[in-house]
Amino acid sequence: MAKFNVLDHNLVPEHHIVSEEEEKEILKELNIDKEFLPKISPNDPAIKALEAVHGKIKEGTIIKIVRKSPTMGHSVYYRVVASEVFK
Amino acid sequence: MMGISKRISSIKFALLSPDEIRKLSQVKVITADTYDDDGYPIEHGLMDLHMGVIEPGLRCATCGGKVDECPGHFGHIELAMPVVHVGFVKEIKMFLDATCRSCGRIKLTDDEIRSYLPEIQKMDFETGDPEDIEILTKKYVDLASQRMVCPHCGAQQSKIILDKPTTFREEGTNVKITPKEIRERLERIPDDDLIFFGFNPKTARPEWMVLTVLPVPPINVRPSITLETGERSEDDLTHKLVDIIRISQRLRESRDNGSPQLIIEDLWDLLQFHVTTYFDNQTPGIPPARHRSGRALKTLVQRLKGKEGRFRSNLSGKRVNFSSRTVISPEPYLSVNEVGVPERAARELTVPVTVNQFNIDEMRELIKRGRNPRDQFGRYVTGVNYVIRPDGRRIKITDQNAAENAERIDIGWTVERQLMEGDIVLFNRQPSLHRMSMMGHTVRILPGQTFRFNLAVCTPYNADFDGDEMNLHVIQKEEARAEARIIMKVQEQIMSPRFGGPIIGGIHDHVTALFLLTHNNPRYTHEEMVHIMAYLEPDLLPDAKIENGVKYYYGRDIFSTILPKGLNVRFRSKLCSGSSEKCEFEDDPADTYVEIVDGKLIHGTIDEAAVSPFSGAIIDKIFRKFGSQEAARFIDRMTRLAVGFITYRGFSTGISDYDIPESAVARIEELVVQAEERINKLIETFKRGELQPAPGRSVEDTLEMEILSEAGVVRDESGKIASSYLGLKVPSVIMARSGARATMLNISEVAGIVGQQSVRGGRLNRGYYNRTLPHFKRGDIGADARGFVRSSYMTGLNPTEYFFHSIGGREGLVDTAVRTSRSGYMQRRLINAFEDLKVDDSREVKDTVGSLIQIRYGEDGIDPTRSARGKAVDMNYILFDEGRR
Ligand SMILES: [Mg+2]
Ligand SMILES: [Zn+2]
Ligand SMILES: [Zn+2]
Repeated sequence: MAKFNVLDHNLVPEHHIVSEEEEKEILKELNIDKEFLPKISPNDPAIKALEAVHGKIKEGTIIKIVRKSPTMGHSVYYRVVASEVFK
Repeated sequence: MMGISKRISSIKFALLSPDEIRKLSQVKVITADTYDDDGYPIEHGLMDLHMGVIEPGLRCATCGGKVDECPGHFGHIELAMPVVHVGFVKEIKMFLDATCRSCGRIKLTDDEIRSYLPEIQKMDFETGDPEDIEILTKKYVDLASQRMVCPHCGAQQSKIILDKPTTFREEGTNVKITPKEIRERLERIPDDDLIFFGFNPKTARPEWMVLTVLPVPPINVRPSITLETGERSEDDLTHKLVDIIRISQRLRESRDNGSPQLIIEDLWDLLQFHVTTYFDNQTPGIPPARHRSGRALKTLVQRLKGKEGRFRSNLSGKRVNFSSRTVISPEPYLSVNEVGVPERAARELTVPVTVNQFNIDEMRELIKRGRNPRDQFGRYVTGVNYVIRPDGRRIKITDQNAAENAERIDIGWTVERQLMEGDIVLFNRQPSLHRMSMMGHTVRILPGQTFRFNLAVCTPYNADFDGDEMNLHVIQKEEARAEARIIMKVQEQIMSPRFGGPIIGGIHDHVTALFLLTHNNPRYTHEEMVHIMAYLEPDLLPDAKIENGVKYYYGRDIFSTILPKGLNVRFRSKLCSGSSEKCEFEDDPADTYVEIVDGKLIHGTIDEAAVSPFSGAIIDKIFRKFGSQEAARFIDRMTRLAVGFITYRGFSTGISDYDIPESAVARIEELVVQAEERINKLIETFKRGELQPAPGRSVEDTLEMEILSEAGVVRDESGKIASSYLGLKVPSVIMARSGARATMLNISEVAGIVGQQSVRGGRLNRGYYNRTLPHFKRGDIGADARGFVRSSYMTGLNPTEYFFHSIGGREGLVDTAVRTSRSGYMQRRLINAFEDLKVDDSREVKDTVGSLIQIRYGEDGIDPTRSARGKAVDMNYILFDEGRR
């Protein structure tokens, strides 16, 4: 059986890797330090799925998550790849 | 602004060494006596003044402090012989198991020690994860415990048996290892080996787990109380300590004058028992120490553990002053914003008022009245209970000193005055599951003993009057009063943050009354109208219609008087949205839709859809268009009008509501017989093996499904027949169709048939072997053997039906019991996870540290309270409203 890509499932929101230029803009826009952003584990299936395409994702990379929303159409969320909190 | 001022970086646990206990101690306790004949604490006794003072007048011999100044100090008892600490039995067992009985080394080979040392040394005992350390140490201990020959000295080992709770012996012998021997063995363990047990030799030596010295807690921890009779009663801990000292003394004497070993051992065991129960009086395996009265003593562990323990009862549970609790009862003539407070409570509850140049005269006037003032008609007026000087001294006001203290007060004093009409208080009913469980009310002081409030606020509190009690809190600070007025007041809580609709509105009789007032638009004479509207403001008068020279008032015009001018709404009434089939008013647009234009009810019936909590469209629209005050005013008037009308008109229900003609009963009977025939036919087909299974189901399942659907059909059909004779003249039907109480299904259960009983969605099938009740043949799967109730509540159930009904009913009870506890715990966990999250002014959600939780609250930044039932806008309403401008 072919391995299923979790990102193709309709309940899993879109995950995108944020480039370094974009990162600066996002942090400026949110007026926040990176450490205060929500975290995502490097072992998260969505990160693993992204790594299968883009290669190893460094800790500290910001992941842009686009979710479907009944009131907004879609809503954007950011998470930083970080392992420290997840033991 | 970020960060918190103080943070606990770490907590360290260690063992107290005997030396440390002695160092902590201010006095060596050597005598079991407490007070001498004059009631003065005996030196070196359990109440020695070095351990603190509890009696006013005396000073602490250690710090010199008076009663409230001295924090208390520890003493100590030198035990005649060592005893095992019950709390560490497991650890002691571990050490005895894993170390050599003669040389004290851990029973690991030098090679093993060399190879394991690096991995355990890598662990930081102060900051490392205790679970990780435990995994490692367990590995070493298990390995060492299995070795029966010491790898260091070659001594033969034997297994250690623990006879619960505190006795150790070697396997195969009946001789116990005395605590003294245990201590000696533990002493022999070298510091270097301790790391393999997860012990840090600097903070914990294993032999410290066998006590030679016992700390005596400060007197403040175990105060004695003086009874009314003048008799002194000691704390349970003191009692226990007395026992320990007595036995320790006897043991010392016996040992010193060379008593027989047997006597010494008995006393030693007794000492062990007392020390064990001093720590934990519910240690399994030993009888709890008891008072002379037979009550078990509450010792150290009992003070901390469980619901009544220090943690759950005192630290997590808070008690507050300026609060009161009593039974609640309804009072329809109060506003939703008010609460009726009994005089008794009002006299006790106080509001602090700081005296200033503007209020000093008024305050003097209040103080002069004393504690129990009444006006010339004997009615309650506010008095003063205490005045507080600027230095914090409280002066109790009595009728004798009232006049004098009135003169004494000055600017800067505080006056604690009794409750006054118009004060804002917080009112609460547990369980406090949402924010509307605690709302701000203004006080009305009423005669009687109960708290009273308008029936419209029963819903948010989930209160009824079958003995419910509620709590009331008097706010003590100006800021809190302002918050309560602006955001906690009932009128500000009309809209629920759960679904964006009203959660406060008319219930039961309010709905019935307004239904009767507006359905078919009844006509009233002037006199009748005056009776109906007697509880409303006198300037509210409906438009009259003159017919044949007589003034008449129509129900809908009467209702219109309480609607605000400028209100335009159009919505479907409950009356015509109930059943899926066509309702008899469907084609009469005058009744299907409720239409309100500029605050006039043009047509339609006012019922649940208009004024009830959860659905009330009128309350919803008034709140949105005119604000909270207007909405509260509408609810107040609506409940008054409803009560006024229904008391004038009269309304009652009874068993005769369900009388249907004989012919109807016969038709229902016929339906039931036919259904039973069809069910029997199904069973026969099934037994012949000819039943066609439905797709994806077994034949058995198919049969059950078909029978269930047949049973459902008869119930519905018989219900239809019954209700066709029960029109909108029948009180029960009025209540059901208006949404006041019950449903048409309930009515058809009373007048038609009760129908199939079920457990977990299937027919009843359990109970006895192959049958539900012993009244049936084994293997009978017919309708009446499997929970079909063909009677109605009116005719009454036969015995087997009664059993079935009870079985079905029980499922509901079990369900709710299980559901409430589960959902309660789920909600508690959510509350604890969310409690310190905060939405800031840019609608970002952050925690106290400043971590971002959501970029926009709820991802869309919408406050559900202000949403139109979860949607951004209610287009139909906006179009209708705009169209009427
Ligand atoms: Mg109740
Ligand atoms: Zn002191
Ligand atoms: Zn040895």
